[in-house]
Amino acid sequence: MNASTTRLDVRKTYKLYIGGEFPRSESGRSYVVNDAKGRLMANAALASRKDARDAVVAARKAFPGWSGRTAYNRAQVVYRVAEVLEGRRDQFQAELIAAEGVTAAKARIYVDAAIDRLVWYAGWADKIGQVTGNANPVAGPFFNLSSPEPTGVVAVVAPKGPLLGLVSVVAPAIVTGNTVVVVASEQHPLTAITLGEVMATSDLPGGVVNVLTGSQAEIAPWLASHMDVNALDLTGVTDPDLARSLEEAAADNLKRVRRPAAAPVDWLADPGIDRMTWLLETKTVWHPVGV
Amino acid sequence: MTTTSASTASAGVFDDITSSESSLRRFLHGLPGVDQVGAEGRAASLGTRSIKTTAKAYALDLAIRMVDLTTLEGQDTPGKVRALASKAMRPDPADPTCPATAAVCVYPDMVGTAKEVLGDSGVHVAAVATAFPSGRAALDIKLADTRDAVEAGADEIDMVIDRGAFLSGRYLQVFDEIVAVREACARPDGQSAHLKVIFETGELQTYDNVRRASWLAMMAGAHFIKTSTGKVQPAATLPVTLVMLEAVRDFREQTGQMVGVKPAGGIRAAKDAIKYLVMVNEVAGPDWLDPDWFRFGASTLLNDLLMQRTKMTTGRYSGPDYFTLD
Repeated sequence: MNASTTRLDVRKTYKLYIGGEFPRSESGRSYVVNDAKGRLMANAALASRKDARDAVVAARKAFPGWSGRTAYNRAQVVYRVAEVLEGRRDQFQAELIAAEGVTAAKARIYVDAAIDRLVWYAGWADKIGQVTGNANPVAGPFFNLSSPEPTGVVAVVAPKGPLLGLVSVVAPAIVTGNTVVVVASEQHPLTAITLGEVMATSDLPGGVVNVLTGSQAEIAPWLASHMDVNALDLTGVTDPDLARSLEEAAADNLKRVRRPAAAPVDWLADPGIDRMTWLLETKTVWHPVGV
Repeated sequence: MTTTSASTASAGVFDDITSSESSLRRFLHGLPGVDQVGAEGRAASLGTRSIKTTAKAYALDLAIRMVDLTTLEGQDTPGKVRALASKAMRPDPADPTCPATAAVCVYPDMVGTAKEVLGDSGVHVAAVATAFPSGRAALDIKLADTRDAVEAGADEIDMVIDRGAFLSGRYLQVFDEIVAVREACARPDGQSAHLKVIFETGELQTYDNVRRASWLAMMAGAHFIKTSTGKVQPAATLPVTLVMLEAVRDFREQTGQMVGVKPAGGIRAAKDAIKYLVMVNEVAGPDWLDPDWFRFGASTLLNDLLMQRTKMTTGRYSGPDYFTLD
């Protein structure tokens, strides 16, 4: 036997990320993902409505535990995601170059920005309460305190762009205590699943982030009409008719809806705290003084 | 040894068998053994059937009508039982086409409370009796427990067998107890409460024992045989229910009498309930697809059935926020 036979590649099967696990699509379907030059990169799972349903169940199950953690602990976990991502910079850089056809230098900028974005949001976890909460002045012998609470299960249609855009819409939702079902960009699903691997290995409890890959026009309507989803982020929806019909479907149980931005978003810019505050509900309590 | 089999429903047919400890043992141990691998394989293969659209809608409604809505907690209060009884009558207040459940299942001291709410709505009151869930009490205490529940208006009595006696081979004692409890189910007006016999299959160790217990209870005159109390894991499973369904099917072939089956405990998803219904149809036959002959002992199952039902009617996924917590 010739000992120097060429080694066979061990290829990764890209699956979904639901409830901390990596299941195949319930439907058994997949679709071809090409690189920037139009060559086959891999097959990705084509999620069905039942995968979306399972993801919402997983997110709902994870919500009490995740929202019940201290903000300080959530910051640590999100920071940990950044740490693990830092250790895999090269892998993500290579994936961005392949998927988008960008230069190595540009890919490095985006990967670093994604890591920094996670650290930035992690730092906000225990501070957003001070900024948005308040001791309100009232005309009576009461303490009147407003404090922010997470909205619940958030369905996100992620924007185009493999990594930075995805991190920029998911991180603000989870640092505030929400759990997320995210429909990854249809063109660039592979990095989203690799990001799922990072999350699965960084103390983030299963179900806090669930990643679906596939057609947003197929999955998003089921998430929009789902009665157990509390908010809908349409950032990644580019078709105005689809955005309108999703918003209509979301109205049935009064979901919070975030419309797609009118102008293209520069994800490298300072994001501000807006993506955190729209997913917070204000609870106000009255407490008598001196008792 | 004395026998009390004279008053059982199947009087006559099994007199020889139940006349002595040794003949009863000979009969029960002479039953064909259960092929464990085969039973589990068959149950698993029946669970893969695809039930969709109109068949699913029918199955969901049937499953709702078969639910014995159960609360058996030490912390049960009259308020909770009243709420549960109201839910049993109208499981989905938003949809008048949603059928009522078969019964509510409570401890004997709550029977009066449940009956007050249910009245003549057609939803039965089932009471667990005979020192539920362990069944470890003297016979006269078990009988008093049963009579109390029947007097309070229970339509159905869920009794537990003495697993200690069964496992140590004192079959006749178990038999006599079931017969005695069945007598205690009689009401002054000549009617009698239906008797469900709980085996606690999680404690019976083998499928052979499940088959023996099924025959023992049916010969003693049980109207229903029920898997579990819900207090022991594992509770109801598909293979155990398969063995019991085979037993009731064989019993009808031999005597012409139908006995009902009730899996209880651990059935939480509508999908699982539909698997059971498929098995009932395939193993026992369509005659058993009726709330009179098949029941689910469950509490959380009902909400999932309602959510699936709402999904079928509205076309969108529903959430637990829109159904009562109980």
